[in-house]
Amino acid sequence: MLMKAADIIFQADNVSATYADQFRADFPILNLKIGDKPLVYLDNAASSQMPQYVIDRLVRYQTTQHANIHRAVHYLSEIATHEYETARRKLQHFINAREEREVIFTSGTTDAINLVMYGYGRKFIQKGNEIILTHLEHHSNIVPWQMLAEEKEAVIRVVPINDSGELLVEEYEKLFNENTRFVALTHVSNALGTINPIKEMIAFAHQRGVPVLIDGAQAAAHLTIDVQALDCDFYVFSAHKLYGPTGVGILYGKAHQLEAMQPFKGGGDMISSVTFEKTTYNTIPYKFEAGTPPIAAAVGFGAAIDYLSNIGLDAIARYEHELLTYATERLSIIPGVKIIGNSISKVAVISFTMDGIHPHDVGTLLNQEGIAVRTGHHCAQPIMQRFNIPATSRASFAFYNTKDEVDALIEGIQIVKKVFLS
Amino acid sequence: MSSKTIYQEVILDHNRKPRNYGNLNQPSHHATGHNPLCGDRIDLGLDMINNQINQIAFQGESCAICKASASMMTTAIKGKSPEEAEVLIQEFRSMVMGTLNLSEQHHLGRLAVFEGVRDLPTRVKCAILPWHTLHAALHSVSNISTEVNEEIAQNSAISA
Repeated sequence: MLMKAADIIFQADNVSATYADQFRADFPILNLKIGDKPLVYLDNAASSQMPQYVIDRLVRYQTTQHANIHRAVHYLSEIATHEYETARRKLQHFINAREEREVIFTSGTTDAINLVMYGYGRKFIQKGNEIILTHLEHHSNIVPWQMLAEEKEAVIRVVPINDSGELLVEEYEKLFNENTRFVALTHVSNALGTINPIKEMIAFAHQRGVPVLIDGAQAAAHLTIDVQALDCDFYVFSAHKLYGPTGVGILYGKAHQLEAMQPFKGGGDMISSVTFEKTTYNTIPYKFEAGTPPIAAAVGFGAAIDYLSNIGLDAIARYEHELLTYATERLSIIPGVKIIGNSISKVAVISFTMDGIHPHDVGTLLNQEGIAVRTGHHCAQPIMQRFNIPATSRASFAFYNTKDEVDALIEGIQIVKKVFLS
Repeated sequence: MSSKTIYQEVILDHNRKPRNYGNLNQPSHHATGHNPLCGDRIDLGLDMINNQINQIAFQGESCAICKASASMMTTAIKGKSPEEAEVLIQEFRSMVMGTLNLSEQHHLGRLAVFEGVRDLPTRVKCAILPWHTLHAALHSVSNISTEVNEEIAQNSAISA
């Protein structure tokens, strides 16, 4: 059911002032002061903060459970292997993958996309084939495909967006032809927050026999992900945007796709036998996990999934939407502030510009008030070009952000205006 | 923290009303500076007469720190020789990198207002960009001779 504008305003006035308080104590870093100002951390789309629960899990792993995995028969190796594989199972359930072996640990989203480019793209994409991307992609879901296209003499096609920052789905459908071989698209835009209608887009591609990779880096911390319901071929995201550690992420892939792919990196653990004449590769997921993986980070990733699941993504999404509505409403009535990206379907990310004031000056002045926002092109230069701006300031929210912090941002913006326009 | 703010009145004033803003008709020296990370772009031209920077002008899109730095730079180096300009470039660079002791002798004068940039590592490039551009311009082949050369090249191409 569509909400009427009046309902949205009513909701915005009713953002729970206390909802986030129950979680803030879980995040020690939120107690920091920047100079003499309390930290207002609104850069969660770049990297989110880690709860004590995950920090403790990392410490416990490192102090009582660490050894290399899948190797030795001794106690520590067995327990480390068990904890690592338990984390894989947690990820499997988190995204509702059919099988455990469909979850591959990578060093992050970028690594996972490169794995698919290399393992799938280099094997199956031929000269003259076409790959569909969208105008909302992060550089990490553009550059690997450009590298592939250059190598294979393949062609990149780009789905355009409208002035609200939404994909033109009818244009997407028109891009398909007999040469289309792959679609790589983001679930949520990192720069604008737009949630794309990926389920319909995946179904359309599948009707034409074209596999789809979804970049879930900005989605997995905010939306419930069900890869079976989505029916995507690949889904990728990182732990550090999900209240987990840096250095680890996952590639979900349908088992038959992963099995058909060539290995990405060669080394230990990804083989079943090696002679100088011939190497036989291990089965999935190990075929794609060469070398010693980030074991501690993977265990921490599992703990972050537990923490997040305990709160519940539906509750998180509901509260973050309230914050988004409230912040959008307050920001949009400030003269000279323009919000870039006005889709009705957004996660709690607000990109904005201020008349006559460069985003870097906005960022530095907000920092003086203790407020952390991202300024720049957000590794999404095509979006900046589309809106004919060099950069934006971006406030991105998490469930531990409060209504008071939105108010602090608004006050900070008023200070920026005062400094520049007085 | 706000007592040490880089956004002091003199910087804000030069941002609002940049001096020597515009472009020169056929400058003897010219360069464009670009910071791809933030999209800042500075176009700088100058006229050298008798080993003196006689005219200088800049334009471009940039943040306040970059624009004020460019504006104050143009007022500081007008009338200077290239050698004197290079000294200022070195001193300004050392100041924002935090390696210049301002209590010792220097030639920066009012440019010392940019000292605080050294505490903002991500903004050092914004302040330095105009100075790097000046350095490039001072070492550039003059625009006029480039155009002349191009004309000659084109003419010869046509005649060939």
